[in-house]
Amino acid sequence: MLLIELEPVIDPVINERAIMLASRLRARRARGIRDVAPGYCTVGVHFDPLHTDLAALEQAIETEFDSLASLEAIADRNVIDIPVSYGGAGGPDLDTVASFAGCTPAEVIARHSGRTYRVYMLGFVPGFAYLGRVEQSIAAPRHRVPRERVPAGSVGIAGLQTGVYPVESPGGWQLIGRTTTVMFDPNRDPSSLLAPGDAVRFVPVETRA
Amino acid sequence: MMGELVVIKPGLLTTVQDLGRYGHQAFGVPAAGPMDAFSHRLANQLVGNDVDAATLEITLLGPELIVEADTTMAIAGAQFEVACDDRPVALNSSFTIQKGQRLKFGRIVEGARAYVAVAGGIQTDPVLGSRATHLVSHAGGFRGRALMSGDRLPIAGDSGARPLRKSGGLTLPSKGRALLRVMAGPQADWFEADALKTISGVSFRISPQSNRMGYLLQGPPLVRSREGELISEPLGLGAIQVPSAGEPILLMADRQTAGGYPKIGYVISADLPLAGQLAPGDFIEFHLCSQPEAVAALIARERQLLRYADLKGTS
Repeated sequence: MLLIELEPVIDPVINERAIMLASRLRARRARGIRDVAPGYCTVGVHFDPLHTDLAALEQAIETEFDSLASLEAIADRNVIDIPVSYGGAGGPDLDTVASFAGCTPAEVIARHSGRTYRVYMLGFVPGFAYLGRVEQSIAAPRHRVPRERVPAGSVGIAGLQTGVYPVESPGGWQLIGRTTTVMFDPNRDPSSLLAPGDAVRFVPVETRA
Repeated sequence: MMGELVVIKPGLLTTVQDLGRYGHQAFGVPAAGPMDAFSHRLANQLVGNDVDAATLEITLLGPELIVEADTTMAIAGAQFEVACDDRPVALNSSFTIQKGQRLKFGRIVEGARAYVAVAGGIQTDPVLGSRATHLVSHAGGFRGRALMSGDRLPIAGDSGARPLRKSGGLTLPSKGRALLRVMAGPQADWFEADALKTISGVSFRISPQSNRMGYLLQGPPLVRSREGELISEPLGLGAIQVPSAGEPILLMADRQTAGGYPKIGYVISADLPLAGQLAPGDFIEFHLCSQPEAVAALIARERQLLRYADLKGTS
């Protein structure tokens, strides 16, 4: 894999450039390129070394990189609403986050659902999107010991990041709610509800008693 | 004509694999695929399949299968003792098998993983364009899991006679020790200046917690020269990442798509099949190499496969 490094920062504009660079390289459909995946501020190019013209690939990267250097605006993308039932059995850490923030659980819900998040990247498991940024006051750190099983649909906070667990998996994030939205389905096209660069809002729904 | 492979005993860890699920890593979908892609491709080549056709990956303790079709098969990779009914089966050679015959894996002599190819490939339903099994996300292969007794895998069946071939195979690591050549990784400079040299020529033991995602390596800790967290970034096959405790992890077929540990190096593509032939308790010695060496090694590896494709031997 060839790794392209932009500036080592978590920043929407740098991230936008990484996403655009990945999508332009993918669109070239050059022989030997197996996959192109953007990170926060990097792009991974998976290639078959025997069928790839490396000099041409490096030239393509340079050309696209240069043409993106002046990109400052973030493309408008669809805003995806994710309904969340906060607290209760689906959000066992809501009170913990509230005491971390020194506020009421209702205020945590208001702060978490009160802003639009950016999908910086996907990873960990299929369809798991790293969303940022969480408001500083509720940016509670991960659990020191991760849970062995976090149910699918759990909405969590880990520092300045938030996200939804697409499938049951181990996980250390602070769980504040749950959604019934299917984040990933390999038989759906596209399989992942969220793509890099998308905008996401969490919408509180009636909390079960 | 369709047939089936019926699993009588599954073995330790038998999975359906093709060359991997590529094109979806931007959505966090891992590639999976064979741990030893060379032997997977060789097995396919021996039965006249496309190299991407799905095979069975056999691990350490092999399965017992009944083949419900007349077909052509081949086994490559680890050196197992294999019998078809009571007749021994040669490795790295294609052979015909009749409907109802039993393929039984016995003792493993060298290596860790073998690949069973069947004419036309294993015909489980592809998921996102691939039949590779990813165990952690339960995707692909046969119901997203390792095979179990009673499973029935669809195979093409093979009416036409295919030419029987035999060839050499991968030179397996001897006595559970492999030399793997490495190149500097993107965060090589996060470690003390001689850390890359430190890993050269030192033996690391593959810990029992290792699996298809990666090998946890026990050996001298690699000392970081700078603090700070790496911003999570895409991961490639063969990356050697170093968590804070300092013991490296060699990332294998089922690795996640991205991660936040610094990567001191990468095992070169030509040597990845050798890594796939190791098991917990085995030893790895890394050797630093240059990019031209890595390219030359890969070309040599591919020439080996091409040479085998030209052999028309009988068995």
